[in-house]
Order: sequence, then structure tokens, then C-alpha cells
Amino acid sequence: MAVDLAIEGLPARASSGGAGLLEQTLAVARRSAVRTLRQRGLLIFPLIFPLLLFGINGSSLSSATKIPGFPTHHYRDFLIAMPFIQGAMFVSITAGVDLARDIESGFLNRLALTPLRTEAMLVGQLGGAFVLGVVQAIVYLLVGFATGVTLVSGVGGALVLLALSILIAFGFASLGGLLALRLGRGEAIQGIFPLLFVTLFLSSSSLPRNLIQTTWFRDIATYNPVSYLLEGIRSLVITGWDGEALALGFGFATALLVITVLLSQPAMRSRLARA
Amino acid sequence: MTRFLSVARGVAWRSIHNTVVSPAILVPSIIFPLFFLVAFAGGLSRISDVPNFHYDPGYTSFQFVFVFLQSAAFGGVFTGFGIARDFDSGFARRLLLAAPRRSGIIAGYTIGALLRWAITGTIVTVAALIAGMNVDGNGVQLVGLLGLGIAMNLVAALWACGIAMFTRTEQAGALIQMPVFLLLFLAPVFVPINLLTSWIHDVANINPVTAVLEAGRGLLAGSPVKVAVAFAALAGGAAVMALFARRGLASAERAG
Amino acid sequence: MSNEAAIEVDQLVREFRKGPRAVDGIDLTVSPGEIYGFLGPNGAGKSTTVLMLTTLLPPTSGRATVGGFDIVRQGAHVREVIGAALQEAALDAILTGREHLLLQATLQGITGQDRQRRATALLERVGLSEAADRRVGGYSGGMKRRLDLALALVHSPKILFLDEPTTGLDIQSRTALWDEVGRLARDDGMTVFLTTQYLEEADVLADRIGIIDHGHIVAEGTPPQLKAEIGGPSVEVAPCDPDAGDRLAELLARFGDPRRNGHGTVTVQLPGGETQLADIVRVLDQADLKVETLQLHQPSLDDVFLAKTGRKLEGAAEEAEAEAESGGRRGR
Repeated sequence: MAVDLAIEGLPARASSGGAGLLEQTLAVARRSAVRTLRQRGLLIFPLIFPLLLFGINGSSLSSATKIPGFPTHHYRDFLIAMPFIQGAMFVSITAGVDLARDIESGFLNRLALTPLRTEAMLVGQLGGAFVLGVVQAIVYLLVGFATGVTLVSGVGGALVLLALSILIAFGFASLGGLLALRLGRGEAIQGIFPLLFVTLFLSSSSLPRNLIQTTWFRDIATYNPVSYLLEGIRSLVITGWDGEALALGFGFATALLVITVLLSQPAMRSRLARA
Repeated sequence: MTRFLSVARGVAWRSIHNTVVSPAILVPSIIFPLFFLVAFAGGLSRISDVPNFHYDPGYTSFQFVFVFLQSAAFGGVFTGFGIARDFDSGFARRLLLAAPRRSGIIAGYTIGALLRWAITGTIVTVAALIAGMNVDGNGVQLVGLLGLGIAMNLVAALWACGIAMFTRTEQAGALIQMPVFLLLFLAPVFVPINLLTSWIHDVANINPVTAVLEAGRGLLAGSPVKVAVAFAALAGGAAVMALFARRGLASAERAG
Repeated sequence: MSNEAAIEVDQLVREFRKGPRAVDGIDLTVSPGEIYGFLGPNGAGKSTTVLMLTTLLPPTSGRATVGGFDIVRQGAHVREVIGAALQEAALDAILTGREHLLLQATLQGITGQDRQRRATALLERVGLSEAADRRVGGYSGGMKRRLDLALALVHSPKILFLDEPTTGLDIQSRTALWDEVGRLARDDGMTVFLTTQYLEEADVLADRIGIIDHGHIVAEGTPPQLKAEIGGPSVEVAPCDPDAGDRLAELLARFGDPRRNGHGTVTVQLPGGETQLADIVRVLDQADLKVETLQLHQPSLDDVFLAKTGRKLEGAAEEAEAEAESGGRRGR
């Protein structure tokens, strides 16, 4: 079984320096996307659980619309933003666990022996997040429509909503990657998962901020960036085109992505650990 | 009987000993109820402004009952995770080999679950009191509330025990947890049942947890309602789950 | 340092925090086209050495060049000329064999149709064509190792690092891998740096062997050279009464330097050759010392290890495991 390395028509050795940055990024992204699509459990549970909560809480809390000053008559219109954020948190864990697995198994070492650049690895590993983000966003929106949710901002608003939710998924996925680089173990990432959900509940997920009675809770929700992610999405559903809400939503999502990518760079370099 | 008790004592002792040696085991079963208390009582207190929302002790007390019972239920669920882990590691086989009366193993796990819940239940109660919960029930009524918690813990622990023994793997965690989660949340969690609408109202109407919740809230408010129904539901649940757990044990014995 | 050597190592050291030195000042040279076997028990420092030479772990001190490039200052050039199949197969269970090769080829800068052709050619050469489009999670251990080897060869490296490539494989798979490695060196002129804890593997495959123990190279040479250092054959005697070990050692001391091996067993080398065996039997008989087994060994690499370190390679492995458990050593 000799390995004949002199294959006709092929250069004896690959070009020095490896592939370009874009090509490397796309190769890594492709792998991440393929992995995600092949793990059906990763697709199904993050779809079902948020929708389950949406269904239950959407009905259980429907009388909240009777609170004076509640911005809509249909509680589901208010609540539909929550599955998008919950789904993004699941994406975060998936991305983190995937990268942690690469670290634990030594696959990252294998990649380190190639000319793979840190930036290509960091951005490329978000490929799976893109797949999950798109699938989730479409499903949540369709289920929302099926349960009577209407978008005041119309078709254009739906597209902007999709874009914002995918950006949020990227941001959380990058956060998951950062945790993986720091902690290096999938179990540790999964242990942090509940903390992410705490940030979701300590926000304006169930009631508008101005209707939260408990002062300290309202203050936390005001300082919690997750509130603005929710409100950005929610504004497209119940308000229409609210420039401030959208700016804050996109702003915080972008900030999450940029900050986590920047923090991940030195951590990734250290993990790739080569001269 | 002596052998049964000695097995139960041994298994329960191990459960408590492991908790004392690694208190981190308790952290999830403490954190989740506290978190729900904070999120619901703190974040949703305005719900009590909804017309026809009547609960004299206030929204914190209203939510405390749910969180108290939920902590009891999840205390049982987490026991199931531990049992599944014992099967995965092979320790459960050691127990089956060593125990002269194997049904004592189930009793031991459930006693362990109850003793651990004593800790989390206390912490949750203290947290609610600090948060300003009003207690309008008298001593007997509060003991009644405690009784509901104990019974809830027992039912959940037996359920979890059964599933863990049938499946004998940690991967059955979702199967243990999800039905309990659904039963808890398909009930009047945020508002009384009279304020629920559409399908959730119909489901909550037939959900036995609804009776338990309403009984608990009544006891805390000093106006007991449906107490007998609640205890009957829990007793029935415990009987059914005890059989289920026993069948699970038999399945584990057959698997060797 | 000479530029002709494929690998040249000068006083390489790797120290871990809170631990002893995993690699403690090793020197070695590997010529182009040579198969160099790095033999030692678990915890000796083999894998740590490989990680340093493949630029995945910086050395604490010392220098090394691989393919003429310094491992610290010219790491990127080193990686261009090496391929490595490390101790963990480090494969993605969800990807297929072909997808692994395509990914590797892309990252190495092989473009377009060339990628596909190279992947197909390598799959065929390592005998994975039929399994190419199956997920690696369903591969056997031998298949994973073969894929690992193919991945290491994607970019036609000059130097190949194999870190315990046959650990855990059955005899058939192991032999097949040996054949492939032998051909790589013989037919393609590839330099192979192979670490192993299997004596037979080093004996069969390697042109030269370096024996490492506790981070030091204790012996180096061709297998015949190393065995010749030991001298003649040795005899291993196990008394019926394990407590008679002291007396046995006294009796055998007249023939050579006796070594105790546990359970009363004593080994002694026979500088005079096999003819001394009859004398040994006579001495034991005269002393009325009952013997359970008496075995004559031709020199082996295990004997070389025993002579250099005072213990057998197998025993060294168990000792290293015990040390590792007590936190005494972190080297690999």
C-alpha cells in the first residue's frame, strides 16, 4: 500500500504559506456548517424548547396585556422576541462545545500544523452558527405567524428581523467560542449555560421595562444588554420602525460580536500554541 | 423489614455524605429555584395589577409557593440524574449485588432526595422571607404546605428513580426532566387559574399540579382550598410512581 | 549545526510548571531518509519531544532544527516541511474521510481540482477508498490511523512524525502500518521520526533507535549496535521459593553482575556465551537450590533498556503510570 506522493499533474509540494485568508475561512466555515447540519439533536432541541416556552408562557401570561400601559393587546406579539434570544443562547453553547471538543480531542493541534490563520479559525467556526441562526429565525417567525403574531413593520421588517437575529446568533456563538478557548472543556461550557438564561430572565423578556414594578429588577433590566436585543426585535413586531430600538439592538449585537472576537484572538493564538 | 431499612439507610447515608463532601452537587437545585423566585416575583410583580387577580399575601408569596413546590420536584429530578450516573459508572451494580432487600435502594434514594431538599427548601424559604414574603397561614397550615412539598419531592424522586433505572444512562436526563417541567409549567404559575385563557386554562384544569399549587397558596394565605384533593393527587401519584420505580428496579435487575 | 541533517537536536529541554523536566537535555541527529525510532516507556518524554519538534510546544531551552529550520524562530517553515500523526488521532467523528482530506488540502493551499485528485489518490493509497464517504465516527482504530497518516501526507512533507502510531491496533493493522512506513522511507525517501513503546516496532522498523527514559536519551544506535553493547546472552532464573532470591543472586554473582527482577527472579549476563549455561545448572544443583524456570535470552532492546536504566521497559511503564498518578511526572 505505497503512498505515491508524486501524482501526475500535481505539484510535488503545496504552495508555501497555504491558502488565502478567505479560502481558509470558508473551509473552516464549511466544516462548522456541515457538522451542525449532521447533528440533528443540535437543530431540534434549540427549536423546540424555546417554542415550548413561547407556547406555554404566551398563554399563561396572556392576561398581562390588561396591565395599564401594556404596549400591545396580544401577549404573543410581545413575547415572540424571546425565542430568538433563547435560540441564540443555544447556538452559543453549541459553538462553544464544538470548539471545546476540538481542543480536547487534539483536532485543534492538527489544524495548528497547517498554515491556518487565527482570524480564519475565529470567523470560520461561526459557520455553524450561521446555519442554526437562519433555521431558527425562519422557524420562530413562521410559528409566530401561525399563532397569530403580526409584524407591524411588514415584509421589510421581517427581513430586518431575520438579519438582526442572525447577527445576535453570531454574537452569542462567538461568546461560546471565547468560553471554549478559555475553559477548554465542553462540560464547563454546559455548566455556564444556566447563567446565560439568567441574563435572559433578568431583562425585559416578560414585561416592558417601564412596567417592571420592582426597582432593582428594573434597574438590572435597564443595564442588561439582552433587554435591548429583545427590544430591537420586538420593536419590529409591535411598534414598526423604531430607529432607537433598532440602533440599540443592532449596536449591542455588533458590540457582542466584535468584543468577543477581539478577546478570542489572543486566546486562540495561545491554543494554537505554535512558533 | 430490618434488611430493608438497613439498605435504605445505607443508600441515604451515601447520598447525604456525597452532598456534604461535595456541596457543589446541591448548587443547581438551589440556584434554579432562587433564580425563578427572583425572576418571577421580582420581574413579574406587576401582574398582580391585572383585574381579578386576588391573592391577599401578595405576588411574592404567590410565586413562593410555586418555587417551593418546584424546588421539591426538581430535587427529586436531580436525584434521578445521580442514579443514572451511578448506573453509568457501574456503582449501581455494586448496590444491587450488595443489597439483600433491593427495594431498600429505592427508599434510600428517595430519603436522600428528601434530606437534600430540606436544605434547598429552607434556603428558598429564607430567601423569600428576606424578599418580603407575607405569611398569613397558621402553624398547622404551614405544616400542611411543608407536607405538600414533601409529597411532591417523593413523587418526583420516584418518577426519576423509575426512569433512571429503566434507562440506566445519564443521557436520559431530558426524559427525566421534561415531563416534570411541563407538568409544573402547564399550571397556574404566573396568575391564578381564573385568569388563564384558551388551551392553557383547559390543560391546567386537569393538571393535578394545579390542585397542589392552589392548595399550597391557600395554606400560605390562611384560606385553605382543595387541600384534600391535593394530598389525594400526590398520594395517588406516589403510589403509581412507587410501582413505576419498582418496575424500573426489576428492569435493572434483569439487565444485570 | 550541520545543515545536512533532517532533524538536529541540541540540549533540548522542556520543563512544566510544578513538575520535573519532561525532556531533560536531549541531543540527537536524524539523517535524511532515515527511520529514527524513539523508544521509551510511558512518561519518558517521547511525545513531549515530538510536540516540540513539530512546533506545537515551545522548548524551555536548547535548540533544534527540522528540515534545516529552527523550531522556535522558523516555525512556519518547519510546518511546511513536516507531516505529523500525533498520539491522539484527533479526527472529527462527524466528517467523512474525504472531507478531512479536502479540508487539510485547502488549508495547505492546494487548490481546485488538485484538492479532489490528491484526496482521492491518498485515500486509495491508504486503502480507504471504499470508506471515504463514511463518517469517521464509524471507522475502526486501524482505519483512523490510516486516515491520520494520509492527512499527514497531504502536502508531501519531507519529514514525517509518527507518535505511537500503532498503539491500540490489532496485529494485522499494526503490520500493515509498518509496511506503509517502511515504503515511505524506502521508496519515497521520507525521513520518519517514530516514537513507540513497543520493542518489536522499533526493532523491525527503525534504522536507528534512541532510547529515552525520564527525559534523557540513555542509548542510541542501530538495533544491532545497541544489542552488541550488552554483550552476550543473559539467563533468567526464577527459584521455586521466591525468598531464595538473595541466595540465588550470590550463586550467580560468580558469572556476572546479577540483577534482581522481583519475586526472587535473578538475571545475569553471560560474557562467555551460552556455554556457561551448563556451569550455571551445575552450580545451582550443587547448592541444592530448586529452580522453577531457567530461560536463556538473546540480547533484546529490553535488555539494552535494562542495562542502561536498571529496569525492564514493561516495569518502567508501570512505574511511570504510578508516578503520573501521584503527580510526580507530567512528561509524555
